[in-house]
Amino acid sequence: MTKLIEAYVTGVGQSEVGVRLTRSPMGLTMDAIRQAMDNAGLTFDQIDGVATYPGRISTFLGFSPIGTDEVIETCGIKARWHMGAGEIPAQLSAIAEAANAIKTGQARHIICFRTVYEAAAMSRPEEFPPLRREFVDGGSQWTAPFFAISAACWVAQYANRHMKRYGMTREQLAQVALNANRSGLANPNARAISKKPLTLDEYMEARLITTPFCLYDCDRFTDCSTVIILSAGDALDEVRSTPVRIAATAGAVERYSWDQPEWMANYATGPDLWAKTDYRPKDVDTVQFYDGFAFFPITWLEALGFCEVGEGHRFIEGGTRIARDGELPLNTGGGQIGAGRLHGFGFAYEAVLQLTKQAGERQIPGDPKVAVATSGGGPMAAALLLARD
Amino acid sequence: MSETKAAPPPPKRPRPRLDAINRPFWTGGSEGKLHITHCNDCGEWTHPPREFCRHCQSENVGPEAVAGTGVIDTLTVNHQAWMPGLEVPFVIARVRLDGAPGVVLTTNIVGSPVDAVDFEDRVRVTFEEQDGIWFPLFEKVEG
Repeated sequence: MTKLIEAYVTGVGQSEVGVRLTRSPMGLTMDAIRQAMDNAGLTFDQIDGVATYPGRISTFLGFSPIGTDEVIETCGIKARWHMGAGEIPAQLSAIAEAANAIKTGQARHIICFRTVYEAAAMSRPEEFPPLRREFVDGGSQWTAPFFAISAACWVAQYANRHMKRYGMTREQLAQVALNANRSGLANPNARAISKKPLTLDEYMEARLITTPFCLYDCDRFTDCSTVIILSAGDALDEVRSTPVRIAATAGAVERYSWDQPEWMANYATGPDLWAKTDYRPKDVDTVQFYDGFAFFPITWLEALGFCEVGEGHRFIEGGTRIARDGELPLNTGGGQIGAGRLHGFGFAYEAVLQLTKQAGERQIPGDPKVAVATSGGGPMAAALLLARD
Repeated sequence: MSETKAAPPPPKRPRPRLDAINRPFWTGGSEGKLHITHCNDCGEWTHPPREFCRHCQSENVGPEAVAGTGVIDTLTVNHQAWMPGLEVPFVIARVRLDGAPGVVLTTNIVGSPVDAVDFEDRVRVTFEEQDGIWFPLFEKVEG
């Protein structure tokens, strides 16, 4: 067998992030692709792979309006490898699979993208018909009949159990949203979401969605495209950016269900990530953890061994440890709660900006070299270990 | 002053499409029975129902009525009206079923004020019929 080739992030890009944007989904996608290509210093004739999550979903265009085919056609890419897949362990697994394609020599430069259009689609139902189903099927048939329609209702039950079993308080949970707000305010791409400072009092008095989650514990529908370009280790002389190595990837699933498992899938994904690398949690300079709901980052801290299981809420208590100048800066661009529901790819984007010192006002101090980016919740979990080494 | 709109009627429960595998679960309530898929070879339970036992992959599985009692594993008090007319707040819970180790049902706890429902409360199934589906809801039992 030939030697495996290392995969590196060599370019990142992000379109305008907005709520009810009028620019088309393909327009946003091209904005992000052009920015990432410029970041990397690549041209389309050098790109030979395209990846996305989950691929175009014609019955649910707000959720995923653009497929790999449109990018291949629009950009004139001669692809040797491409993939748009939903049956993978969460959003960032699209990047993990692209890294595997590079490692095995199937492509040299891959555009990975995730375009979301959920806010705009809801505001233009004639153009983007909402998903209307006579029946619920698949996994949702076991939850939706009980009006547990949003993932908020499913995740809230895991969060409530953490409160009951380990003593998590709403004041501790609030640190995720407060931290997201502070970093969102420092992120120019988050202006549509984080508009003014959030206080603990405002958080505690906010409208409840489903206990223990209030409005500020939930991310918000957004219109945006985020792009990550991967390149092969033996093609780095073709790029002009500072490469960031994909040091390890993981995505473990033990039950494909939102309600049967005792633990969400990230608790198996965490140990699986560390089994594939010599890096350890103490080596990590910043973490970018999926926060579709505020409880998720607390579970990722536990799952990845930054603290013991049942200690995540105490780890973030007071918010200083996870602040941008703290010992483990969390969601330094605001995450999805502070910067919008970019659906997973935003965490890889922010990790790379921090490791390559392109994060501007929100750049963390020191010389960050190692980051973890994660996506997913419930039965879906993906983790990327990124290293500038 | 604008006219006051009449409150929308309470929504119907989203309904599953019945098939050979899920029908015993969703219609067992017509006989007052809560059916869970049971393996006649290894004796384990599989939920959601499947064609094969998830423990030993046997096809010798079928619906078996369980006691219909259980314990609240965790819960959330839902305040958001996800559908027009949905009355809030109400309790969404996961119930661990007696006699079917490893099986949890997402359900609603009915018949009690939302703040009277807690972890480890003992509950019993009660069925709510709508268009030929018997939704297994749970209510608290004393003691």
